Amino acid sequence: MIRLAKEYFADQRDDDLKQLGQAFHRSDVPGHVTGKTNYFADRSFPGMLHLKMVRSPHHHARIRSIDTSEAEKHPGVARVLTHKDVPHNVYTILILIQIGPEDEQVLAADKVRWKGEAVVAVLADSERAAQEAAAKVKVDYEVLPAVLDMEAALKPGAPIVNEYHGQNYYRYDSGACRKVRFGDVEKGFAEADHILEQTYRSSPIEQAPAETTGCIVVPEGNDRFTCYTNTQALFFSLDNTSIILQMPGHKLRFVGGTVGGGFGGKVDVTTEPIAILASKLTGRPVSFIYSREEEMQVSSPRAAETIVIKDGVMNDGRIVARYVKGYTDAGAYSRHSPYGAQKGAAHYPGPYTIENVWADTYCVYTNRTPSSAMRGFGVTIADFALEVQMDKLARLIGMDPLEFRFINAYRDGDMKAHRQPTEGAALIECMQEASKAANWPVAEKYLRMSSYKGG
Amino acid sequence: MAKKVPVQVTLNGEERAEFVESGATLLNALRGRFGDTSPKGGCHQGTCGACSVIIDGELKLSCLTLAEACDGAEIVTTAGLATNSAMHPLQRAFAEGFAAQCGFCTPGMIMAAKALLDQKPDPTREDVIEALSGNICRCTGYEPIIQAVLAAAAASPHKAA
Amino acid sequence: MTLSVRTCPTVDEASAALAAGRARYLGGGTLVVRNASEGDLSFDTLVRSTDPALSRIAVAGGEASLGAGVTMAAITRHPGLAAIAKAARAVGGPAIRNMATVGGNLFAAAPYGDFAVALMALGATVEAGGKALGIDDFLQVRDDIRTMVTGVRFPLPAAGAFRFVKVSRIKPKGVSVLSIAAVIETDAGGAVCSARVALGCMADRPIRARAAEAALVGATLTEAGVAKAVAAVSEGIRPITDPIASAWYRGEVLPVHFRRLLLA
Repeated sequence: MIRLAKEYFADQRDDDLKQLGQAFHRSDVPGHVTGKTNYFADRSFPGMLHLKMVRSPHHHARIRSIDTSEAEKHPGVARVLTHKDVPHNVYTILILIQIGPEDEQVLAADKVRWKGEAVVAVLADSERAAQEAAAKVKVDYEVLPAVLDMEAALKPGAPIVNEYHGQNYYRYDSGACRKVRFGDVEKGFAEADHILEQTYRSSPIEQAPAETTGCIVVPEGNDRFTCYTNTQALFFSLDNTSIILQMPGHKLRFVGGTVGGGFGGKVDVTTEPIAILASKLTGRPVSFIYSREEEMQVSSPRAAETIVIKDGVMNDGRIVARYVKGYTDAGAYSRHSPYGAQKGAAHYPGPYTIENVWADTYCVYTNRTPSSAMRGFGVTIADFALEVQMDKLARLIGMDPLEFRFINAYRDGDMKAHRQPTEGAALIECMQEASKAANWPVAEKYLRMSSYKGG
Repeated sequence: MAKKVPVQVTLNGEERAEFVESGATLLNALRGRFGDTSPKGGCHQGTCGACSVIIDGELKLSCLTLAEACDGAEIVTTAGLATNSAMHPLQRAFAEGFAAQCGFCTPGMIMAAKALLDQKPDPTREDVIEALSGNICRCTGYEPIIQAVLAAAAASPHKAA
Repeated sequence: MTLSVRTCPTVDEASAALAAGRARYLGGGTLVVRNASEGDLSFDTLVRSTDPALSRIAVAGGEASLGAGVTMAAITRHPGLAAIAKAARAVGGPAIRNMATVGGNLFAAAPYGDFAVALMALGATVEAGGKALGIDDFLQVRDDIRTMVTGVRFPLPAAGAFRFVKVSRIKPKGVSVLSIAAVIETDAGGAVCSARVALGCMADRPIRARAAEAALVGATLTEAGVAKAVAAVSEGIRPITDPIASAWYRGEVLPVHFRRLLLA
């Protein structure tokens, strides 16, 4: 049940809301329930080719040679693509916003850096023929030592995962990590009644959308291509495709918007460039749709994270110092992880006002599946760690965990550690409502608090 | 090119015949040949239920059924439930109850729910949960779907088709 | 090459077609079509049979006989098979149960094949290529069987003697963490006089828990009485590791669920 609590912050808005609080039908729902909604794969075109990717069976290996001759001769095969066919084979998604270097291969050339990396694309009349031909592609690998966790990756002398970076972490303009420095954290710890240091770890999480990642490309006959895709980031895909294929954007028409579940898992640029290239080189429509196994094993998950939090807390409930080291496992390539790790740095104080904060966040490369976006990446796992830490701190000083949060909650006007003044906080009011809804009473003084400046 | 074989079915009440690739799944045949894209391919391995259809009165997974094995069969899909422009009670309940978000699992959910209501017009909540146990939804958390099926059952005493 | 399908009106013709090369028998499709879609290139012909004998269920004289094409759903509906229906109901969701067959379940690699675990506890006989084979022996050689499985038969357990549990991490059901089936008969005094216990996911196929069976005979089904059997149930297991659970986890929880099943 939705209730609009208009009694809060009435002075901060013009109270002329007409749509909020009303139930409206979503415009796409009639299509969903009648089966008429058009997802990208709900199309078939005469002469359509099926693309099947030959992928690395190794976490880390040098490619000695690639032999596609038998695959090319297989009945039904139209074309076999290797790195040599890709005009600009090394890319990185966020180059669009000047976050480089380009560090990822569209099709692997000299090395594979994770198990599942794309090496050779086979195009055939049917899925079966593509599978059969893919089995005939011969890749000669020299297996290299793999780095499979962040601790190992950051040890001196660890094998270098990604030569485009030169070291196993992303180098920000601020150095080896993103940094937040606020107040004097050592002074805070010196004053604290208690200090609690804890380490939190998470595993990669697959978004597992119902519809797997993919696209269908149709050549329009004038060197222009229409790409039906379920990307969640249409213009990322279009612009990166334009770079990778060295084709001006006006030759690429992307049709998207209807996505059968994404949860962040469809913001990477993994199917469109190679499918459009295949369509360009064969002159035929091309379908490249991940199998369920590829969706689970190859598409990028939420990053694994390790978060070390050290807090100084007073017996009266105030947190006076917080020191955080955060590590984000990007896997073998950057994709969106440098951004995710950076978000963490700003987020580690949580929705609390702490006078002394020190945060370092590292984006680490390993020979694991590249990680990327998933629902609040960079902050969701941080919140898990922070709120477990809050409960532990409350227990440490014998305080009710909800009351402990009231004491530390940020108010409007408080300066956050990353130098953004707090506005529109509303945290205290939410906790007051939550206290009632969850039947978790707090002392009267907390019910009199407010998020207003000085409240 | 793959060998083509003729397949004749009654699809949503209409007699249809198409040549399909030998070895093709019913899912691919329905979507690619018969032009009914309401069943979705979420896994092609019998795990997600998005391809559920009703074949000769029984709920089945079209991704694991060969088109050739359906020659002569009567097939009902979500695309065939609406009559004229009026939605089926299940479709209406799903729409009104916000039981669909991305919509990809919805046709399969509706088929599984229809198979239940065809057998048991007045199901319990447990019956509904059991009936939907082969269908995965990643958006809704299932509760609105369960409620929609119960609402459809309550709104119209369901008669076996 | 492309996948071709041969539909045979009789078991004999299907058997001959199966012997003719890179062929696989197509029952409900839940294993074979899945494999084909996932790129299994080890077969290029699917053989199916419309022989009505394959979907026949006969229950008479204390024995049940099921054609290999009998579905899980048909078992759950049959009044004469009520005692074992829960094992069939444990397989998949409703759509899978309308497709998955008794014959196919015998070939399902762990974590699938929960009904075969039940058949093992029931001491079933498998009919393949006109010969009858005990299920324990059949499961050992199933990958090399080149003839067609046509059916199974088993003695119907005494009332209350059949016990079955499938443990999964998703409610109401999902893929097996493990399954346990048992046929346990007690005498008038409550002592166990015979026990057959089969385990799923404790190897790549169903296995017998023979040490637990031996420990059960003569015991009573009480906390103290079953202790030895519970301690012995893990003997000889080699649980699988897959995305559902690790071998370690499966091994740890097996005695817990076995104990609960015995005391239920």
